Amino acid sequence: MKQFKADLHIHTTLSPCGSLDMSPKNIIAAALKAGLDMIAITDHNSTKQVQVIKELGQSKGIEVIGGAEINSSEEVHCLTLFETGEVLQEFQEYLDRHLVPVKNDPAYFGYQVVVNANDEIIEEEDRLLISTLDVGVVEIEQAVHKMGGLFIPAHIDRPFNGIISQLGFVPYELKADAYGLTRHADLVKWQNDKRVPENAVFLRNSDAHRPRAIGRAFSIFEMNDATFSEMRKTLIGENGRKIILPG
Amino acid sequence: MTPIVPKEEQKMKVSELVEKAGLVVFAGETAVANEVTGGYVSDLLSDVMANAREGDIWITLQSHMNTIAVASLKDLAAVLLVNGIVPSAEVIARANDEGIVVLGTGEAAFSITGKIYPLI
Repeated sequence: MKQFKADLHIHTTLSPCGSLDMSPKNIIAAALKAGLDMIAITDHNSTKQVQVIKELGQSKGIEVIGGAEINSSEEVHCLTLFETGEVLQEFQEYLDRHLVPVKNDPAYFGYQVVVNANDEIIEEEDRLLISTLDVGVVEIEQAVHKMGGLFIPAHIDRPFNGIISQLGFVPYELKADAYGLTRHADLVKWQNDKRVPENAVFLRNSDAHRPRAIGRAFSIFEMNDATFSEMRKTLIGENGRKIILPG
Repeated sequence: MTPIVPKEEQKMKVSELVEKAGLVVFAGETAVANEVTGGYVSDLLSDVMANAREGDIWITLQSHMNTIAVASLKDLAAVLLVNGIVPSAEVIARANDEGIVVLGTGEAAFSITGKIYPLI
């Protein structure tokens, strides 16, 4: 088995809070510079910038996982990750059905643009993507799992928009594949925290909104290949695969 | 001279608040005799766990299952859901099981808090 360095929480130009520098080229360049083998593109409530980055990553030897950072009706942020473009499209339709419609004000929230491989704007998203979905976190988790995706509550150590800040503790009925921590979080403390299920798997991710933040927090996956299916197996510790967190 | 009312009789019950503020009772009818000794307004359950006090009426728009667990953990007098939010059947069932009063109002947190504040 080999070790793969992964940062599974990265925003792009499409997130209103994401810098316009977060173009496909810049993201891949920054990921290479940070020595990452795998990244996940997770914009707020949208998957529309994934495909072009995935293609660029393929040509540069970086595995790009597609997904989104959903915002549930309780304002809990969670990463959702999917293996194929087909399922990602199916999930995009789910997001379109459930996003609470609020018009984006770019002057206030920031631009939300989809760009192509040459950093040219090909679409501007009018709906405010940091708005919430009209469904709760458990319902979304069930929908994601039904589509074969992975569900990972994001930055649970943050005092806002994390599952602990919003809901006090992880709801008993939630079946998360892992829990995201920021680079500042104390891993041992969280492994012993009663608000999180026993034997929970933790990941560190950067939640990068600008290129230089990419890879600032990462997780090491010890597995056979840098693929979604290997990653899934590693999250359940199949056949000795494991996750190593720095710090 | 104003008669001195014994402290016992000044206590405000959930049922009286329901009547005076025009609230809906969604669950926990068996506990509407709970005494309300204060209030707390927050939508962050972690904050409520840290800062609400026993006997508070908790005013919120979070109608999650965990809301019931937090209300139970903190021995709150009642949960009041604002903005016309209606809890799910599962939440109502859990609240009834745990004897947690869940109330509702069509008003927003600011205005209903203003109405309840002088009553407690």
